[in-house]
Amino acid sequence: MTGRQLLRRMAFAAFLGAILVFALFPLYYAFTTSVTPSGELFRPEIFPERWTAEHYRGILAGAFLRNILNSALVSAAVVVLTLAFALGAAYALARIRFRGRAAVLFGILAISMFPQIAVLAGMFELVRSFGLFDSLGALIFSYLTLTLPFAAWVLATFMHAIPVELEEAAALDGASPLSVLLRIFVPLLQPALAATGLLVFIAAWNEFLFALTFTLSDESRTVPVAIALLSGSSAFELPWGSIMAAAVLVTAPIVALALLFQRHIVSGLLAGAIKQ
Amino acid sequence: MAAVVLRSVTKQFGLSPVLRDIDLEVADGELVVLVGPSGCGKSTLLRVIAGLEELTHGSIEIAGRRVDGLPPQERSVAMMFQSYALYPHMTAYQNMAFGLSLARYDRAEIARRVHHAAERLQISALLDRKPAELSGGQRQRVALGRAIVRDPAVFLLDEPLSNLDAGLRARTRLELAKLHRELGATILYVTHDQLEAMTLGQRLVVLREGRVEQVGTPLEIYRLPRNVFVAGFIGSPAMNFLDASVVSADVREVLCKLEGGALVRAAVNGTPLHRDERVTVGVRPEHLHQTSDPEAPLHGNVTVAEVVGEACYAYLEIAGARDGFVVARLDADTPVRAGTALQLHAPPERVHVFDAAGDALERSGMRRS
Repeated sequence: MTGRQLLRRMAFAAFLGAILVFALFPLYYAFTTSVTPSGELFRPEIFPERWTAEHYRGILAGAFLRNILNSALVSAAVVVLTLAFALGAAYALARIRFRGRAAVLFGILAISMFPQIAVLAGMFELVRSFGLFDSLGALIFSYLTLTLPFAAWVLATFMHAIPVELEEAAALDGASPLSVLLRIFVPLLQPALAATGLLVFIAAWNEFLFALTFTLSDESRTVPVAIALLSGSSAFELPWGSIMAAAVLVTAPIVALALLFQRHIVSGLLAGAIKQ
Repeated sequence: MAAVVLRSVTKQFGLSPVLRDIDLEVADGELVVLVGPSGCGKSTLLRVIAGLEELTHGSIEIAGRRVDGLPPQERSVAMMFQSYALYPHMTAYQNMAFGLSLARYDRAEIARRVHHAAERLQISALLDRKPAELSGGQRQRVALGRAIVRDPAVFLLDEPLSNLDAGLRARTRLELAKLHRELGATILYVTHDQLEAMTLGQRLVVLREGRVEQVGTPLEIYRLPRNVFVAGFIGSPAMNFLDASVVSADVREVLCKLEGGALVRAAVNGTPLHRDERVTVGVRPEHLHQTSDPEAPLHGNVTVAEVVGEACYAYLEIAGARDGFVVARLDADTPVRAGTALQLHAPPERVHVFDAAGDALERSGMRRS
């Protein structure tokens, strides 16, 4: 290795390191804050001198576990429903020739461009008239309007890339459209489904505005709102320790899921690249 | 009983007709090759029979049962795609078993059929592999196996050999012929490769622009092409065509004058012709012989001589030739090279004459059905 190459490598490594620090430092700081005793919170330190689990204990003693469960339920339901509906929609959009297909595709894209705040009032009326206010159903229902257009669009694009002959061969083998979808397309779309599902899960897990508007009680509140509404002993004190403990707790499942599915996505993409 | 009967089959995409009024009967156990240039509708015809495309007009019977209007899986056909269309996420075994399991055969019967087909195609050792782990030839066999296990009334093969390299293609062609004999299967086979068409087909159907130009055994089509298109399409190198005018014509023979002034005799029934009518004379390269006769009808200088081992193709510039030159297939030992002056003779019973509309005149002394 020449000196020049070495220099180049080191510069690149430094660049990567900078990005890594930029991305991960906030998370690290949240973690250290969450284990720092309340009294020492406002002495900034890279490494806390004394460790404590008091913030975690405090957080878990309240309704926070319930909020995590709510978030998990809502996010999982949204993922399942989104993928199920989007798969059907994508099949129609990618494979069935019908009048106005281009218009539908464009419409879906257009709908997903509305800012959330623009539909908030209308959505609120809708949620109330369905009797879903302050229930997890309200969140699942409203999140679908955010995730479905995106998921249908992505899956339609992937499905478009599957050769038509596969479907025709399956038709000759006697497969109904449903079994073509479930036994041919779903296995082949696995990487796309994993990627889309993960993004949908993260979107639902992080969603704040609808959750704040459509829920009222601790029983139906989800994590982002719960964290935002954490309050200290007085109106003038922000409970940073508890907030950071909660933030760490809700980040963990996302990281775990991302790692789990990332392997899935990568292996799927590689398999796709090797096949004809 | 005919296995496949097509009656005035017509298919239009929008306003453009792709298949025009096709009538065809394929006998039980027959291997019929559909051949034609790309865009002639041969693949569409196969897809219409398979049920992947709907008919615009006409009817299709398979094994005595009318099937147009039935979904593909109820037609008792198996189709093999040019791309093989193997399911990439399934093993070879699962690929072959998929149709059977959808038809709710029991496990033991599926295993029996798949293993039987795999043995026949010599892919028993490959059954656990996925398509990505198979070579082109092996994929081709799995695709064939997927068709065989279903025991259909008719096999539809769409250019099954076109993705194989030349050596493998020749070997697989022989194996297909053998397989056809063993299975006694009815096969409709699409290809644009005329070697495949000639060697595999018991009968050929030559298509052009959605129309059947001629149906017959390979030799019939080679010897008695019905028109200029068929004559030019079947045979390699292609038949030579020369513009000519009729000097005299009777029931046994036509005497034509080429543009250069030379006279050519053809043993065809010339009664429909009259004197001075414009006609096209056709001679295959392999039917031109070198002669020392200075009066020989075709003479000129060789521009290019290609020696291909067993033969030598000599290209002569001759006035009135359709492509500007005439090709003759000569003995490889013939000392010809560019610039050699050559006299060529064609036996009258090998010379074809086509009228102004491009239709062939009947060979004299023969009745064509």
